[in-house]
Amino acid sequence: MRAPTPSQTIGPFYGYALPFPGGGDVAPVGHPEAITVRGRVYDGAGEPVPDALVETWQAAPDGSLAGEPGSLRRDPVTGGFLGRNGVDFTGFARVATDADGQWVVRTLPPPAALPYLSVCLFARGLTRHLFTRAYVDGGAAGDAVLSALPEERRGTLLARTEGPRAYRFDIRLQGPGETVFLDFGTGGES
Amino acid sequence: MAPTQDEISAEIAAARESTARAVAAGGVPPSHPGRDYPPYRSSALRHPRKPLLRVGADPEAAEWHGPVFGVTDITALDADLTRQHQGEPLGERITVAGRVLDRGGRPVRGQLVEVWQANASGRYAHQRDQHPAPLDPHFTGVGRCLTDDQGAYAFTTVRPGAYPWRNHTNAWRPAHIHFSLFGTAFTQRLVTQMYFPGDPLFPYDPILQSVTDAAARARLVAAYDHRLSTPERSLGYRWDIVLDGPAATLPDPEEDH
Repeated sequence: MRAPTPSQTIGPFYGYALPFPGGGDVAPVGHPEAITVRGRVYDGAGEPVPDALVETWQAAPDGSLAGEPGSLRRDPVTGGFLGRNGVDFTGFARVATDADGQWVVRTLPPPAALPYLSVCLFARGLTRHLFTRAYVDGGAAGDAVLSALPEERRGTLLARTEGPRAYRFDIRLQGPGETVFLDFGTGGES
Repeated sequence: MAPTQDEISAEIAAARESTARAVAAGGVPPSHPGRDYPPYRSSALRHPRKPLLRVGADPEAAEWHGPVFGVTDITALDADLTRQHQGEPLGERITVAGRVLDRGGRPVRGQLVEVWQANASGRYAHQRDQHPAPLDPHFTGVGRCLTDDQGAYAFTTVRPGAYPWRNHTNAWRPAHIHFSLFGTAFTQRLVTQMYFPGDPLFPYDPILQSVTDAAARARLVAAYDHRLSTPERSLGYRWDIVLDGPAATLPDPEEDH
């Protein structure tokens, strides 16, 4: 096995490089079943984190995990971004938190068998990204991750319904209500 | 009051010694930084205090698959950061090339590689970078490409400058290029920084030193490669990247035919 390349913080200045227009608009335009998942990222002092980058990845409503290209679809004339093509479901979102620490993704509901958005979080001060999951509608019965957690921590992975087709998923990096973060078995972690 | 470099350097040394002791006692040398790394002051309130939940191998889970990208996600000029404006940027022109592999040594094919960096004077094209070095109207410092069938990537750019930051008094970042990488599985996601060989700022920098194992730190430093230098044009650096984490368990496409 080759030794992995170490992680380094994303730092404070990724904002002109990684986010792209429409990064959170995963649902095809005008899709009647689109949902919104939004939240705020908080640090250990309970302050919003205004310079985090949130990426989400999920199964398509039909259960496919194959993904589709085109999240960053480009305009070869100007070099700018065209937005997704309005038909394909790429499954991938990337959004920077705003000045108030908030992010929002507009997507399609994940399937009942994989009822979550996988969330990857980057920020200045975070030497290495963090994974978590935002489960919608309570998750599936017998889910291995949810059932491995004590009741008081399980709730941190459940996106709260806050309206029709609207969910809230706050992320607390540290302290009371600290979000459960996931380790998928990488070097030096365990 | 901001800590001095001597105070930060003492903390850096303590963390390195702690890792060296653990490795001497038979521990696995850690590849990645600890998320709680006190010399990097911004980590204090931004790391979880509770242990992460270990998730077992599950090819059915979403994270064992990942986003895909294609020819629509890049343009022809993305990989040449010196050609994105009307004029030539200032600075020493360089080529940075290498391969993206998984831990099994298999190439990561057709995946997105993104880079961003300061200009030759050490200034980012970012409104919050207000340190008094000049912006370059001919350089933004953003690049993208897709890896080829061998997992290879290549960028043409200028060598970024070192720059000051406010972690402590007289804190300077060694020159570096930020990299963002995707594997075949979301578990392999990596954001990191590439450094240049022989930089005298290495021992003073708490971000590089957050990788407390010397061999792991060395994996963040590119090698000068004369074969990559282009006559009359640019100096070449080689930097191969190995993505951590379980790769997708999907069959290798090469084995399908």
